[in-house]
Amino acid sequence: MAGESLTVDGVKVSYGDVQVLAGVSIDVAPGEFIALLGSSGCGKTTLLRAISGFVPVDAGRVLVADRDVTNAPPDKRGMAMVFQSYALWPHMTAAQNIGYGLRLRKVARGELNRRVEETMSLLGLDGLGDRLVTQLSGGQRQRVALGRALAVEPRTLLLDEPLSNLDARIRQTVRHEIKALQQQLQITAIHVTHDREEAMVMADRIVILDRGEIAQIGTPEDVYNRPRSSFVAAFMGADNVIPLTAKRDNGGLHVSASDDHADAVLSIADGDEGANLIGSGDGELTAHFRSEAARLIDINERPEGSLVLFGTVTQTSYPGGIYRYTIDVGDRHFLVDDLKKLGVGDAVGICLPAKSLHLYSANPTTSS
Amino acid sequence: MNRVVSLWLAVGLIGFFVLPWYALEDAFWSFGWLLDGYPLDRDTAPAIIQIAVHGKVWLAPLLVFVLAALLVVRTDPSARYFAPTLTFAGVGGLGYLFLQGFTIGIGGWEFASLEALFGPVERQFGMGYGAVLLAASFLFLLTSSFAARGSVSGDVFVAGSIGLVIALIAAFVFFPVSRILISAFQDNDGVYTFTLFVEKITDAKIWGLRCLAENVSCGVAWNSLILAVSVGFGSTVLGLAFALVTTRVRLRMGRAFRVLTVLPIITPPFVIGLAMILLFGRAGVVTQFMDWAFDIPPTRWIYGFTGIWLAQMLAFTPIAFLVLIGVVEGVSPSMEEAAQTLRADAWTTFSTVSFPLMRPGLANAFLLGFIESMADFGNPFVLGGNYGVLSTEIFFAIVGAQNDQGRAAVLAIVLLTFTLTAFYVQRRWVGKKSYVTVTGKGDAGLHATLPRRLTWPILAVVIPWTLMMLVIYCMVMFGGFVETWGRDHSFTLRHYADAFSVTTGEFGLVWSGAAWNSFWTTITISAIAAPLTTGLGLLTAYLLVRQRFAGREAFEFGTMLSFAIPGTVIGVSYILAFNVPPIELTATGMILIICFMFRNMPVGLRAGVAAMSQLDRNLDEASLTLGANSFVTVRKVILPLLRPAIAAALVFSFVRAITSISAVIFLVSADYHMATAYIIGRVENGDYGLAIAYSSVLILVMLAAVSLVQLFVSQRKLGRRAASERQPVVDRSEVAPA
Repeated sequence: MAGESLTVDGVKVSYGDVQVLAGVSIDVAPGEFIALLGSSGCGKTTLLRAISGFVPVDAGRVLVADRDVTNAPPDKRGMAMVFQSYALWPHMTAAQNIGYGLRLRKVARGELNRRVEETMSLLGLDGLGDRLVTQLSGGQRQRVALGRALAVEPRTLLLDEPLSNLDARIRQTVRHEIKALQQQLQITAIHVTHDREEAMVMADRIVILDRGEIAQIGTPEDVYNRPRSSFVAAFMGADNVIPLTAKRDNGGLHVSASDDHADAVLSIADGDEGANLIGSGDGELTAHFRSEAARLIDINERPEGSLVLFGTVTQTSYPGGIYRYTIDVGDRHFLVDDLKKLGVGDAVGICLPAKSLHLYSANPTTSS
Repeated sequence: MNRVVSLWLAVGLIGFFVLPWYALEDAFWSFGWLLDGYPLDRDTAPAIIQIAVHGKVWLAPLLVFVLAALLVVRTDPSARYFAPTLTFAGVGGLGYLFLQGFTIGIGGWEFASLEALFGPVERQFGMGYGAVLLAASFLFLLTSSFAARGSVSGDVFVAGSIGLVIALIAAFVFFPVSRILISAFQDNDGVYTFTLFVEKITDAKIWGLRCLAENVSCGVAWNSLILAVSVGFGSTVLGLAFALVTTRVRLRMGRAFRVLTVLPIITPPFVIGLAMILLFGRAGVVTQFMDWAFDIPPTRWIYGFTGIWLAQMLAFTPIAFLVLIGVVEGVSPSMEEAAQTLRADAWTTFSTVSFPLMRPGLANAFLLGFIESMADFGNPFVLGGNYGVLSTEIFFAIVGAQNDQGRAAVLAIVLLTFTLTAFYVQRRWVGKKSYVTVTGKGDAGLHATLPRRLTWPILAVVIPWTLMMLVIYCMVMFGGFVETWGRDHSFTLRHYADAFSVTTGEFGLVWSGAAWNSFWTTITISAIAAPLTTGLGLLTAYLLVRQRFAGREAFEFGTMLSFAIPGTVIGVSYILAFNVPPIELTATGMILIICFMFRNMPVGLRAGVAAMSQLDRNLDEASLTLGANSFVTVRKVILPLLRPAIAAALVFSFVRAITSISAVIFLVSADYHMATAYIIGRVENGDYGLAIAYSSVLILVMLAAVSLVQLFVSQRKLGRRAASERQPVVDRSEVAPA
């Protein structure tokens, strides 16, 4: 069993007057693991349901291995789905749930039992076959739901937030199990989630959706280190924002000083040292950075190739091991952790090395 | 080979070439015709022989449409000409089938102009097996063509189901009701006249208001309206009182009131009226006692407005109670507690928070009482005296000496207008204004107790009323054991013996009691109708809850409409519509079964909608993604999970078929006599003993059926988490008129 390619081409979906998907295109290679990531209401579940055939598509096409299935009913698409609620049938045992798809395919009884057994041992469910699903724990139900989808040896596996009903510790292990199974079976998988870390850990590529459009597609490193837009940067954790004015020349990016920060020359070289600059770099810029990339320094210090913000400590707390400070820069507040002990009212510099900055030209025509 | 097309094509061909085309004289499921000259006989021949031998040439074009479908039987549904060909076969076939059915009847051409044009033709009778099968075949070929065009995402099963439900409702609800409209415009010779209609509908007997000034009776429309408004108002107030006592007064007997909710289900409505006669009639127990003790001479006060009002109040208060107990319990305790924490005392909390929240529910209960009273036939029939109301006047217009179908039709239109208006208001206005949370999960906390100044007046009403109900039901249960009420109060088993005696004769047991015939007919017909009713209701529920299709709102309104059509109107309309070809059903058992199916379908529909809305939609979707089509999904996933709802719907449609009277009384015949109609007949003859004995037996039979399902449903709780908190077995928040 090997996965099939999946193509989503310009898919649009509306519920009444509300456009939920505004033309989404994705190419999924056979055997690839794709995560659809976004906040609630971004259209990720709708996209999954459009792929599975539960939501009619207004425009665009869905292709499985170059076969157009846009108008095919769900039962003719050859995909299997794992639901957030698991949707296990309470009137059947675990084994009956898993064997359902095989029975529909008229698999002979002996073969059917063998494959159910196989699936159950693959998922560590040995001996639970005769239990009603209502007698299983949450983690076991989750595995039965996965087993039911896998038993029919689907070419494409759809996962609709399958881990969100599990408690945090089980979730960590199940993530890796699902990923391992998917690699072992070489199935194409589409996984919907709102959990950033889950998407990063499991997926080959991540599709970030924003208001029905794709904000960025890329590998986990890509979307983390080189977010293409201000939205993706904020969504991937670089949610501290400061406006800058800059000018670009061959030496790098010259940031002019303001009340909030000193002037600086930042590298924009590709690779590990430079800032991630999207757009021309001239004029107004929005800078994003992650709290953990910031360092507190003396307000008069000017490290080479770093931007220094002028701040005042307004709140301190001690979550353990390090101190956490709320630092006001102008009318903005940033949370920065540091080992040094400071007091409320202390003036302090926030040092941001070029490589920690994601810079977006404020002028939208030059962005992207 | 396209399986669906070939299946329905085969059905159509069997209908055309094999089975008798016209309706047979015998019962629908007897097979005497096989020995009776089939296939060449004029009465039993299939269509092909009718054309070839008996000169029914106008049936020949039907074959064209069947053969058109044959063209695409080997074609893939995605082919360009597949859908249009099937649409042609379906629309053309159905259209032509009904065109010829309505233009050529038992006297040849129905319209003189056509006779002049084409010359005389043979006469023909109603549709039989063959015609029905062919019609079904055309219908499903048509729905397959819609599916092939991509409606309901190409699902043949769903498209077919929608088509089936629409066709059935059109044939057995909309068609007969529209026949009423037509016959209102006809005089007794069938000539269309508008002036006569205007004359009839403005008749002083309907709208007369002279009663305001003089001592004559008002028009029947006003009688009905006044009665319905006062019953609606009265039953709402009383129902609210009962609901408040049950939930908000700390009384040990409080929960016992819930038994009340079962009463309207197992009591044929007129039984209350019957018991009232035995108590307050001229020879009634109470009347006699008053005469003996206080010299109050017996009068006929019970016959007329007061009597009907009392009987309907007794009969319908439990229905209002059932609605309002949900409303009163639905007011979230935390909302009341929020008021209390802001220093509102019990009275202020009730009057500023609880009561305003209940108001939409009260309006709902009022409208239900209004509709019930309007539609009620039994009580006005038994107790009416000179006080005519619409439902009884319709009956007398058809059955009485006048036999004036036009008048019956006009009265039916007036009645229908009243109930449909109330129904519309209920759905569009009150229905949307409900604040009460209907989700299973209640807030924590206890309901505030009732303020003291309300408790005492309410108890003062509730307690005597309860006693009265008790007396009435004692009367029903034990009245049958008394020789003659008012004259000879000695104990006797005579009435039960008359009705239900079994003797041993030459050939074993002889069911010699007078009631056995109608009793078994009732049980048989109801037992056949119950699964059909449930099936139709659940199928409709599935379509409404689980499918999205164009015109779904109209579909929903159409199916719910049969709630609001009073039984008398249905009865009249069935007589008008199904007495002549193409659908000829009067005096058969079939017409009773069909009548029950469409009158009681809402029972199955509501049970199905309630249960299915609780089933996670992902449960079906999981089955679909694994490759099951929607039919398999319904069979293997949805139906097993709905088992409790199915059991409840089965029993309630069975019980409702037994208790119904208003439509039945028009449709019974010598061969198919129903228990309620038989009892009413005994009452008319003054044979109260037998009537009450028979009623008590019916009530016990139904009580047994209801208890059985209660037991069954409460034990079989499938693992559906907390949401499956025992549902009320009865959901009559939208009650069909009796």
